[in-house]
Amino acid sequence: MTQNFDQVTVSDVSRHFGRRRALSNLSFRCETGSILGLLGPNGAGKSTLLAILATLLRPTSGAVQYGSLGTVHDTQSTGVNGLALRAQIGFLTHDLGLYTELTARENLEFFAGIYGMENVAAVAEGALSHADLLKRADDPVASFSRGMRQRIALERVLIHGPQLLLLDEPFTGLDDQSVATLIARLLDLRTKGTITVLATHDLEMVEGLFDQAVLIRDGRMLETMIRPKSLRSLYQSTIKRESQ
Amino acid sequence: MRSFFRVVWLVLRKDMTVEVRSFEIISTTLFFAVSVVLFFAFALVKEGQPPGDAAAGILWIAIAFAGTLALGRTFEREGKSETLRALLLAPCDRPAIYVAKLLGMIGLLIGAELILVPLVALFFQAQLLAHPFWLGALLVSGTLGYAAVGTLFAAMLVRARSRDVLLPILLYPITIPVIIAGVRGTATLLDPAGEMAMVRFWTMLLVAFDAVFVALALWTFETLMTD
Repeated sequence: MTQNFDQVTVSDVSRHFGRRRALSNLSFRCETGSILGLLGPNGAGKSTLLAILATLLRPTSGAVQYGSLGTVHDTQSTGVNGLALRAQIGFLTHDLGLYTELTARENLEFFAGIYGMENVAAVAEGALSHADLLKRADDPVASFSRGMRQRIALERVLIHGPQLLLLDEPFTGLDDQSVATLIARLLDLRTKGTITVLATHDLEMVEGLFDQAVLIRDGRMLETMIRPKSLRSLYQSTIKRESQ
Repeated sequence: MRSFFRVVWLVLRKDMTVEVRSFEIISTTLFFAVSVVLFFAFALVKEGQPPGDAAAGILWIAIAFAGTLALGRTFEREGKSETLRALLLAPCDRPAIYVAKLLGMIGLLIGAELILVPLVALFFQAQLLAHPFWLGALLVSGTLGYAAVGTLFAAMLVRARSRDVLLPILLYPITIPVIIAGVRGTATLLDPAGEMAMVRFWTMLLVAFDAVFVALALWTFETLMTD
């Protein structure tokens, strides 16, 4: 379970849902210690691509290679590679994946246990401290604001120290201070070697954050940008060009 | 194998904690199950005389209908905040999640049966408690077969928009053999002229269904849940 990978390579990945083509021949690579932005309008295919990277969906064609650990297809088996791969992935979906009837502490202890971690109480305590929610640790998540839930959910996906972090619209509902805290956390994870793939359309919030940005629309890759500046104008000019 | 059962226990304990706090599935399932028995009692019992042979059928109808309601709600909870995705992404054997859900469903239905059996015995003057061992064997094996298929289908349909409609459409045709065996076994048990050999036969048939359904569910759960 301690095996690791230093890059994720997406090669010619397509995904169809019946006759609808959600993704079409996407290719890119992200390296260890980098943040990749997935940009695009609603319905572009960002969440589908994240689900494929998270091994929860299989590509119709093409492959995702996780360093030397294997491809996305290996996760279908319960073999060592499938489990080792999943142990290295943290996926924060838009719906957060928290049990609202449980307290913040119970949620974190449950997921720490499911991830096979020792001393779940101490792990949960550390995560609560990171989320700055120690005072509300024993309150049910149902009583939390969206921003507080988002912080707990982020700690949930980071609880096992994943090598690949997938974030789907992580800035939704966060106030300015929480956004700044999240960005600081992502930059810290980058220095520790985590590969982060972040899907968003909040372009102002991620200005200067990405090492690489991939712009997709209607499931097609429009542009790949290395250390992009002025994301908003780049995004708008690319969309405008492609629309003509 | 130890980690498999650890995950089963963690998911089961989590489900029980959530249910104790919300009391959502227990209350709706029990209310619905008791209502079904009461409706049949008011409709069929005339001047204190219940129709012969009705008790077994009514008991199993109440279990099946209440079970469908509970199955839908159990996985709706996991789908609501995408917690099922979080569970599926964990580096554990995915069938352990299925087993935990199955055990929770069996526990809930057996709890409902503990209320339904005396209620049916009372309203339909049925000697349900004359052979407690065989009645228990029929109910437990029937419940296992029904819940094994139902849990798998409910998990499959968690992201389907029309899951409330699709669940019974898929579930009832497959579980008809279980319901028929349960009804026939219970009816034989209630019949004063019924032979215990036939009760044993129906119970063994239910155990055979259980073995097939549980094995198929464990085999297919991972594949069905991945895509």
